Amino acid sequence: MTPDVIFDQMIGAGCARKLIFSWGGNPGVGSLHRLRDAVENEWPHALELEEHSHADLANAYVAGASNLPFAVMRGYAGGDLPKYNPTIKTIVCPFTGEELAAVPSIRPDVSVIHAQKADRKGNILLWGILGVQKEAILSAKRSIVTVEEMVDELDAPPNACILPGWAIDRVCVVPRGATPSYAHGYYERDNRFYKAWDNISRERDSFEQWIKAHIYDVADFDQYLQEAQ
Amino acid sequence: MTETLAATTTEMMSIASARLLKDGQVCFVGIGLPSAPANLARLTQAPGVVLIYESGPIGAMPTVLPLSIGDGELALTADTVVSTPEIFRYWLQGNRIDIGFLGAAQIDRFANLNTTVIGPYAKPKIRLPGAGGAPEIASSAKEVFIILRQSKRTFVNKVDFITSIGFGDGGDHRARLKLPGKGPTKVVTDLCIMEPAAGTNELTVTHLHEGVTREQVIENTGWPVQFADTVDTIAPATEAELNALRELQRRTMIAHGMDSGE
Repeated sequence: MTPDVIFDQMIGAGCARKLIFSWGGNPGVGSLHRLRDAVENEWPHALELEEHSHADLANAYVAGASNLPFAVMRGYAGGDLPKYNPTIKTIVCPFTGEELAAVPSIRPDVSVIHAQKADRKGNILLWGILGVQKEAILSAKRSIVTVEEMVDELDAPPNACILPGWAIDRVCVVPRGATPSYAHGYYERDNRFYKAWDNISRERDSFEQWIKAHIYDVADFDQYLQEAQ
Repeated sequence: MTETLAATTTEMMSIASARLLKDGQVCFVGIGLPSAPANLARLTQAPGVVLIYESGPIGAMPTVLPLSIGDGELALTADTVVSTPEIFRYWLQGNRIDIGFLGAAQIDRFANLNTTVIGPYAKPKIRLPGAGGAPEIASSAKEVFIILRQSKRTFVNKVDFITSIGFGDGGDHRARLKLPGKGPTKVVTDLCIMEPAAGTNELTVTHLHEGVTREQVIENTGWPVQFADTVDTIAPATEAELNALRELQRRTMIAHGMDSGE
């Protein structure tokens, strides 16, 4: 839905052939320069875009998690996105005759989300801004959840957002796994990095220096975190 | 008599927008510029305004403006936080939003918004971030307010791409599309306030900020802009409004690790 700096890094590094998204910017800062360079100048190579709105993709994940072929919603009428995205169609409600937008469900091969806690059975507890994380896991063919910590008891109230361990393929304990974003209750969003990324990513040279120093030349995530401090 | 402090044009844009929100209204806050006026309204004349962000917080009361609409501050201060599908399905599509508050990169004479591309879609001159939640906010909120800085680049005769519909080709186009909401009712800029004219739904100047001339508006609009029969002057900022806004911005800059300015 909202690719931000991590996607920008992958696009700039040439790891992405296609981007399915609904908002691609550096929140509160400005453009994703690597995304723009790929779209505007095909650097490092052309990037295919499949563009939606947030409501569309959120609904499409719900449809995927519900094992339905498509999602139905209002919106898009009069807008230009359906002209450029052939997956957005209209259908007529069989009961009222109302014209509605239909979009195919999303079924990712793999979904990866980050959450706060897992217990020893692999049940996951997440809270705060949930976005589409639950739907992303339940719509995927395979799923990986990284967590801040593993605990004996989740101590969650009955209506908490819990993903049962049996509905997930793998759980990995990755403290600070949401970096440079935040994990509610654990650490804050690194707003300075988001702002710094604007300069790092603006030019190809400075981007390549950064990705070499902080991604290619580091042994693992721990070293990446140490260097990021 | 209260001494009037000098507000910048950007501050006046936020203050004039904030005044439009009424106490108790439910406002869906778009990313970018709308966040400052929406929260200013809550801190001044509309303490009971309910702020909803597309990331899921309902009734958010942030002490600082969020840098990202996913900021934890929004969740911490909200009455409840729901998932993103729920925000769009039950709350927006469910017809519970009084005011959708949007920014944009480009707007045209019929208040259609572009946040997608400048230039052709396949080979854009500038690739903008894209739609986000705006298309559905623009179609489903009962009313839409728009805030953006005014220039010939931003106020164009026809947008390069209609990301979010205003009044389409004008007239009754919106009604023919059977969109649930009324569409944009106010556009607030650093120069003026525009409203759709009855019948044509073309954006027409109804208010000017103090000290702004009609010529300035004409020079900064990409179509032959019309003025309403009566054009009022927007009251200058009160001390309370300006203090609340500057305090909010100061707290925000400190929280986001930027310079606190002066």
